[in-house]
Amino acid sequence: MDLLEYQGKQLFAEHGIAVPSGEVAATVDDAVAAADRIGYPCAIKAQVLIGGRGKAGGIKIAADAEEARAHAEAIIGMDIYGPRGEGPFRVEQVWVEGGSDIASEYYASVILDRGEKKLLAMVSAKGGMDIEAVAEEDPEALVRRHVDPSRPFTAAEARPIVDAAGLDEDVRDEVAEVLAKLAEVAAGEDATLIEVNPLIVTAGREVVALDAKVTIDGNATFRHQELAEAAETSDDPQEAMAKEKGLIYVKLDGNVGILANGAGLCMSTLDVVAQAGGAPANFLDAGGGSKAEAIVDALTVITSDEKVTAILFNIFGGITRCDEIANGIVTASGQIDLEVPLVVRLDGTNSEEGLRILAEASLPNLHQETTMLDAARRVVELAGASG
Amino acid sequence: MSIVVDNETKLVVSGLTGREGSFHGLRNRAYGTYLAAGVTPGKGGQDVEGVPVFDSIAEAVEKEGANTSMIFVPARFAAPAIDEAIESGVQTVIAITEGIPVLDMLKTYWKAKEAGVRLIGPNCPGVLSPGKANVGIIPAQFFDPGPIGVVSKSGTLTYQIGNELKQAGEGNSSIVGIGGDPIIGSDFIDILGLYEADPETELIVMVGEIGGDAEERAAEFIAAEISKPVVAYIAGFTAPPGKQMGHAGAIISGSSGTAQAKKDALEAKGVRVGESPTETAKIAVEVLRG
Repeated sequence: MDLLEYQGKQLFAEHGIAVPSGEVAATVDDAVAAADRIGYPCAIKAQVLIGGRGKAGGIKIAADAEEARAHAEAIIGMDIYGPRGEGPFRVEQVWVEGGSDIASEYYASVILDRGEKKLLAMVSAKGGMDIEAVAEEDPEALVRRHVDPSRPFTAAEARPIVDAAGLDEDVRDEVAEVLAKLAEVAAGEDATLIEVNPLIVTAGREVVALDAKVTIDGNATFRHQELAEAAETSDDPQEAMAKEKGLIYVKLDGNVGILANGAGLCMSTLDVVAQAGGAPANFLDAGGGSKAEAIVDALTVITSDEKVTAILFNIFGGITRCDEIANGIVTASGQIDLEVPLVVRLDGTNSEEGLRILAEASLPNLHQETTMLDAARRVVELAGASG
Repeated sequence: MSIVVDNETKLVVSGLTGREGSFHGLRNRAYGTYLAAGVTPGKGGQDVEGVPVFDSIAEAVEKEGANTSMIFVPARFAAPAIDEAIESGVQTVIAITEGIPVLDMLKTYWKAKEAGVRLIGPNCPGVLSPGKANVGIIPAQFFDPGPIGVVSKSGTLTYQIGNELKQAGEGNSSIVGIGGDPIIGSDFIDILGLYEADPETELIVMVGEIGGDAEERAAEFIAAEISKPVVAYIAGFTAPPGKQMGHAGAIISGSSGTAQAKKDALEAKGVRVGESPTETAKIAVEVLRG
């Protein structure tokens, strides 16, 4: 779960990291009113979950109310694409904050290193630019140190990292303090990635987080209900519906609706459908132990996408019981007007019972296949050309 | 031989009195796994179809000689349950539960490491050694005993490939689902090392997916440490790139974590990578039969 910049900054402020004061606004008038209260110059910053906002024109400095209005009009509602073409991300909100008098721009982050099973702290004197490029072109400029999991990560522990990064002497204590607090944010808020780029030093030699990228562990949202509720909800109707129903769904561009159990099998199903010449319409992992109701929900979400012309159910039961899936399909077909063909492949736990249930129900428009490849070929054939 | 679980396994199931815990625990017993005990705090003294239930894992170790723990408790209570298992005296902990907070697992990982306890999972389907023992939710009917060791991040994908191997007339020494969570107790390299040392295993099938850099690390490890042939499958070629926030993830490993990057890393070390589960099984059989 990714937080918007201003949500991240609010967390920083709660943990005692200095951030510029600001206000969030969803309309041009509100943005201008906020700018008037904050004073000029101020920054108008698009709130979207993608990097490279500045280059995309999503961050502007306003010298007066007129400029604030012009920038807010340009930014609110604009579509921002990521550096690798991700998106579009429609700007629904802007963050208006006081302008900062920047003396230096640094980089600081604390992130989970899956491979080493430790938090990794990173600091660089070369902030304010693409840190990936810095890491590649001048690897020594990015100092990386793992956090010892057996003891608290204090400012004293952080200090050698800051020294190694060669930051200005007079602010090293403050930056070390910020780094320790980032680790505290990670532990306290279940954040697996916290990146501050830039971490600035002002003309008055204050250390301030000018940006915030924070990812909260989705498994820990039960401990952070407020964050979970504040986190951006998808504006895609299917994704929003799926989220409400507790399904793991990602919308794609094609016309072959897909449901599989388990993320790995679902990804593999997408790959195999693509290899068979089809275009998947979605990723939907029905999860372990899929119950009949979950199948009804899943079919409701998949069929609400009008592009879908055929659906593939690829189930290999472990914790999932095929009889429950079959019952779900039968129940769903009674509740939903299933207008598109459904190809079903059931294998694994209780598959014989599942196949018997489907055979007895003899649903129209339902095609059974025994192998994954045959099922993929069949659904692609039934779906017809995409678009 | 086989790895992680076998005829010596004496299993204690945390969560045996729950619906899924009892369903799968008893399935494991029906397969032939020695199910020594169940654990549910406050339910000590009860039994589940003749299997004694204790209040703590340590009690099950002491009274029933349990040496392997399976964790089947809800996510928010699972990390403490794994910690309890680590401290109880069992040698192996297999955590099936999905959805455990990652930073909780980070602490638990190091506890297991320090205690010298082998932790598999969480969010994994468990371990099956065909003909010997099954601990977890792997449907055993799709796997026969044989010389192919399987290690996989994904549960259902493992069943898929195992089934293809069975149809081709081949079987498995063990099937280990390591789980797909960011922090897991045993990585590909840990399990690859066990298969290398297992005389029954002649070939290893490794099933990975997008995210992290465990496959890239495995590629290096295979080149340096594994003499047995390894065949791989990677899922997620058509997965959407998704919303990428900070770039820090790629900085750590120097890899983008995409399916293609993983395939390239493995192939660069001479590992053959199948295009589909079916093709992967086919290659494995081909390599095995020379």
